[in-house]
Amino acid sequence: MPQVSLTVNGKPASVEVEGRTLLVELLREKLGLTGTHVGCDTSQCGACVVHVDGMAVKSCTMLALSANGATVTTIEGLAAADGTLHPMQEMFREHHALQCGFCTPGMVMAAIDLVNSHPEGLTEEQIRHGLEGNLCRCTGYHNIVKAISAAWPLMHQKGLPVAAE
Amino acid sequence: MYDFAFQTPASVADAVKLLADPEARPLAGGQTLIPVLKQRLNKPTTVVDLSRLGLSGITVSGTTLTIGATTTHRTVARSAEVKQLIPALAALAGMIGDPAVRYRGTIGGSLANNDPTADYPSAALALGATIKTSARSIAADEYFQGMFATALQPGEIITAIEFTAPEKAAYEKFSNPASRYAMVGVFVARGPKGVRVTVTGAGQNGVFRHTAFEAALSKSWSPDALNGIATPVDSMNADIHGSAEYRAHLVGVVAKRAVAKTL
Repeated sequence: MPQVSLTVNGKPASVEVEGRTLLVELLREKLGLTGTHVGCDTSQCGACVVHVDGMAVKSCTMLALSANGATVTTIEGLAAADGTLHPMQEMFREHHALQCGFCTPGMVMAAIDLVNSHPEGLTEEQIRHGLEGNLCRCTGYHNIVKAISAAWPLMHQKGLPVAAE
Repeated sequence: MYDFAFQTPASVADAVKLLADPEARPLAGGQTLIPVLKQRLNKPTTVVDLSRLGLSGITVSGTTLTIGATTTHRTVARSAEVKQLIPALAALAGMIGDPAVRYRGTIGGSLANNDPTADYPSAALALGATIKTSARSIAADEYFQGMFATALQPGEIITAIEFTAPEKAAYEKFSNPASRYAMVGVFVARGPKGVRVTVTGAGQNGVFRHTAFEAALSKSWSPDALNGIATPVDSMNADIHGSAEYRAHLVGVVAKRAVAKTL
């Protein structure tokens, strides 16, 4: 079987996979990182969003072998070693931006990328458009939008690490 | 998903060799192919990864814009060169799918697949683009041959797409709220190729030129010039998302919005 070598949350990993193995299957089933979720079979829900070489992608729509040599960050890789949450996670908690929590890992990963991609600022409209690839069936999105708005200054002005990558 | 062998060629020549196998399928960004494989709608024995062929990048020469086949939608959407020379093309790329899809999906993949609801075919046809492949150059007028059908021969891969800047152009679409694909997308352009209006998402045979709209806009470039000009209902697609009559109506509405964007 082919081998894929990559760095996940700062740790090197080398795993045997099939050609058809999806990145999300590698993360969940081979590496035990079950924080990344699979919410649909049609690449629409975004629960599986992770960062691959700094890009927020749907790990259910990328082959594991396509990630050979890549640096991957999942929801498990965001908090600091002492448990301090990433500002986006903290703002999701602060603003009650989750209810059942199923979409949250993908939401947080997509939200961090959205903030990183807009150093010039983010309007509410841009945030709502930026979440088009992430579905939430509990919150109605309102508090997610608030949390992302609140995380923007924390990530850009206080000089915190933009993403724990 | 059925299993397959995964190959990562390092040159276009090697990719073409691997794709000589009729059971092999090329993989660009995978934002269409992987969902198709997951549904078991396709069963290749080999998947040939095109992402490491060095086909990504944007170059400008005078009024000619050349975009490498594996350039992602995100890169096109945010490119200063594209925004300056053909802002409508950058805007279109920024409307494809969602941010995660735009990080992976590519212009060459979109044109090779020629999904009847994809966005890029409308721009390529309206702007009279040239599709450069591993074997030749194909004019957009000859390239699009119906739903999921193109002039590409088996094993032939797109290497780049060449656009000439128009005087004015805009793209507008009415998206399916779940998939973000175009229910109706209209690209309007006025330039060296004359006035061209192309429609994606709506037609039974994929992207098409709306010649009645072109004639009207040639006389007067304004949204009102399209008043009262019908779109033939019997050539429209119909599905659970919208009837043929609904789509035919939307074509007019969306075309007017596109023209208004250029004013």
